[in-house]
Amino acid sequence: MYLAESRGTAPPTAPGRWAAAVPGTVLALGSVSLITDVSAEMVTAVLPLYLVSGLGLSPLGFGLLDGVYNGFSAVVRLLGGHLADRGGGRHKAVAAVGYGLSALCKPLLLAVHTLPLIGAVLAVDRTGKGLRTAPRDALISLSTPESRRGRAFGVHRAMDTAGALLGPLLAFLVLRVAAEGYDAVFTVSSCVAAVGVLVLLLFVPGGRQATRDTPDGGRHPAAVRPREALALLRLPALRRLTVCAVLLGLTTVSDSFVYLVLQRRFAIPVQWFPLLPLGTAASFLLLAVPLGAVADRVGRRRLFLLGHLALLGAYALLLGPSGGGLLPVAVLVLHGAFYAATDGVLPAAAAGAVPERLRASGLALVGTGQAVARFGCSLAFGAAWTAWGDRTALGWAAGALALAAVLAAAVVGAE
Amino acid sequence: MKRGARIAVLLTAVLLLGGVSAGAVLHAADRAGRRDQVQAGGPDVAPGTVTLAPGGGRRMVFRSMAWGPHRDELASVPAAGPDATRTVSGVRCLRFYASAGTGICLQAVHGTLDDSYRAVVLDARLHERRHFPLGGIPTRSRVSPSGRMVAWTVFVSGDSYAGTDFSTRTSILDTRTWTLQDNLERYRVIKDGRTYHASDTNVWGVTFADDGHFWATLATGGKTYLVHGDVAARTLTTVRENVECPSLSPDGTRLAFKKRVPGLPADAPWRLYVLDLRTMREVPLAERRNVDDQAVWSDDRTLVYALPGDYGADLWTVPADGGGTPRKLLGGALAPAYIS
Repeated sequence: MYLAESRGTAPPTAPGRWAAAVPGTVLALGSVSLITDVSAEMVTAVLPLYLVSGLGLSPLGFGLLDGVYNGFSAVVRLLGGHLADRGGGRHKAVAAVGYGLSALCKPLLLAVHTLPLIGAVLAVDRTGKGLRTAPRDALISLSTPESRRGRAFGVHRAMDTAGALLGPLLAFLVLRVAAEGYDAVFTVSSCVAAVGVLVLLLFVPGGRQATRDTPDGGRHPAAVRPREALALLRLPALRRLTVCAVLLGLTTVSDSFVYLVLQRRFAIPVQWFPLLPLGTAASFLLLAVPLGAVADRVGRRRLFLLGHLALLGAYALLLGPSGGGLLPVAVLVLHGAFYAATDGVLPAAAAGAVPERLRASGLALVGTGQAVARFGCSLAFGAAWTAWGDRTALGWAAGALALAAVLAAAVVGAE
Repeated sequence: MKRGARIAVLLTAVLLLGGVSAGAVLHAADRAGRRDQVQAGGPDVAPGTVTLAPGGGRRMVFRSMAWGPHRDELASVPAAGPDATRTVSGVRCLRFYASAGTGICLQAVHGTLDDSYRAVVLDARLHERRHFPLGGIPTRSRVSPSGRMVAWTVFVSGDSYAGTDFSTRTSILDTRTWTLQDNLERYRVIKDGRTYHASDTNVWGVTFADDGHFWATLATGGKTYLVHGDVAARTLTTVRENVECPSLSPDGTRLAFKKRVPGLPADAPWRLYVLDLRTMREVPLAERRNVDDQAVWSDDRTLVYALPGDYGADLWTVPADGGGTPRKLLGGALAPAYIS
C-alpha cells in the first residue's frame, strides 16, 4: 500500500511480536470487555424471545425511547470522562463504577417483568456503558507507548467483539439445556458480569500505576475543573479531530439502516437477516488488530479517514447494480473494515492530541461528538427515507460522506 | 495484593460464580423437565387424529399448553363442550390458524447453534404441504376464508446494544401458486390519499376478507392505523387510527381489534373493541382487562381471545356487542381456529 511506504519513520515491527508488544493493562482491559460483552450479549440475544415468549408481551414501539436516551447517554459519557480526570486519574474507579452498574442490572432483570421496568433497567445498564467508555479508553492510551496505540486499541476492540460473538452462543447453550430458562440465562449473565468487574479490580492497575510506564508520565495531582474539559476544544489538534469526527459522523448511516438497505437491495432471505450484524462483527474482529497496526505506521488520522472510504465503498455497492452472490458479503466486509479502521483508531488518534491529565475528558469529547453526529444522521436519514425512499436517501448519504471526507481531509491536515 | 493472591481470588470467585450458574441452569432444566409431566388437575389428553376437513362436528383446534408429553401440540375439542378430553395430534406449533382445510403452523426448529422458526402450511390431515423459513419470533397467523391465502407475522429484533429496537415482518403466501410476498412493508402505502414512504413502517395482524383483500395494522411515526390491503395491486390504504390486530367477523361486517386506550398503564394499554364497518362506529367490549391478542370470532356474535394464565395462556370468550361478561372457555390453550 502506497501509504505504508510514505512513512519511513514508523518503528520496525517484527512479525509475530505484536502480542508481546501489547501492555498487560490493555490485555486486562480487553479481557474485561470480552467478559462483559459475553454477559451483555447473552441478555441481548434472548431478550426478544424472553419478552415475546417468556412474558407474552408485544414489544413493538419499545425502541421509541431510544432517541431520548441517546442524548442522555452522550451527557453520561462526558461526565464519565470528567470524573475520571478529576483528582488526578480516577480512571479505574470510574470504569469500575460503570462496569459495576451494568453488572448489577443483570440480576435486576430477574426481578422485573413489565416493559417499562425492563426498559428502565436497560437504561441504567447503558448508563454504566456510557460512564466507563472514556476512562477505559483513557487507560488504554495511558498504558501504551504513543507509537503502538493504534494496535493496542485494535487488540482491545478485537477482544470486545469476540465477547459479543460468544455471548449469544453461551445464551443458546443455556436455553438448550434448560428450555425457556431465561432466568438461568440472566443468572449466568450476572455471574459472568461479576467476573468481568473482578478482573478489572484485580488486574487493571489503578491511578498512578497505570501511567508509570509512559515516557511522558509526569503527574498533575491538581483537580480538574469542568471548564477545563471544555477548554480542550481550544487545542487546535483536538478541535480539528473533533470537527473531523463530527463531519464524518453526520454522514455515517446507522447499522440498522445499512442492514435494512442491504436486505432489500439483494433480497436477502429473511432467515439470514439476523446474520448480517455477525458478518460485520466477524470482519471487524479479524481486521481490528492489523488495521490498528497499519494506523500506527501510516498515521491514525489518515487511517480514520481511509476507514470512511471503506464505508463509502459499502454505500457504493449498495447503490450499484444488484449483482450476485458475493456482493452482500463484500458490503459486510467493508462495513467491518470501516469499524476496524475507525472505532479504536479515533481514540488512539485523539489520545495524541490531549494532555494526560485531561485524557479521559478529551476522549469523551471526541467520542460524544461523533455519537451525537451519528444520531443526527440517523434522524436525517430516516426523514430522507420517508421523503424520497431508501435508495435516494442512501445516494444523498454517500454524496455527503464523500464531501465530508474531502472536508475532513482538509481540516485534519497531515499528522 | 501479589499476583498469585490476585489469581487465587479470581479462581475462587470463578468457582463460586460457576457453581451459582450451574445451579441456576440445573434448576431451570429441572423445571423444564417437570413441564413435560402431566399435572394433576389438568385436562385429559388422548393422542388421536385431528383433522381440519369439514364434517365430524363443529370443533376447535388450538395449541394445547397443558403440561405433559403433548404440551404445545395441536389439539381438538368439540366446540359445544371444550372441557372434553383433548385429542392431540403430535404436531407442535407456537401459533396456528386454519380455514377450509388449510392450516398454518408457525413452529420452532431446534438447531445445533441456534433456534430458528418456520411457517408450515398443513393440509386437512395436518401433513406438511410446504414450509418457509421465518426471520423472527412468530406472533400472528391467519388463513383466508377459502383456505387459499395464508398470512403470518413475526417479531424481528434490532441489533442495537441491549436490543430494544423491535420491528415486525408480515408475509402473505398464495398456497395455489406458492407465491410468497415476504414483506408487506414493500407494498405501496396510501395514507390520506397519497403515496407514503417511511423507513419506520411496520405491518402486522392480517385478517382476510377474501383471497385478494385483507385488513391489517400499519404502524409509522408512533401511530397505528387500520389499513385495507389489496394483494394484486400491492397497496395498503389507511382507513382509521389506533386499530391493532383486526379480526374480521365471519359475515364480513365488523372488525374486532385491540385499541390503545389513553390513561392505561404503558405495559397494559389495550382494550378489546368492535368496529362496525358500515357505520364506522366502535364499541368497547365487556372485557375490561388488557388484551394483547388477535381475537377470533367463534360465530357472528361471539369473540375468543387469549389472556395470560397459569400454563402460559387461557382462552376467554365475550359477546361482540359490548354486553354480557367475559367467561373462561379453556385453560392452557392458545391460537384457536373453529372448524365446522
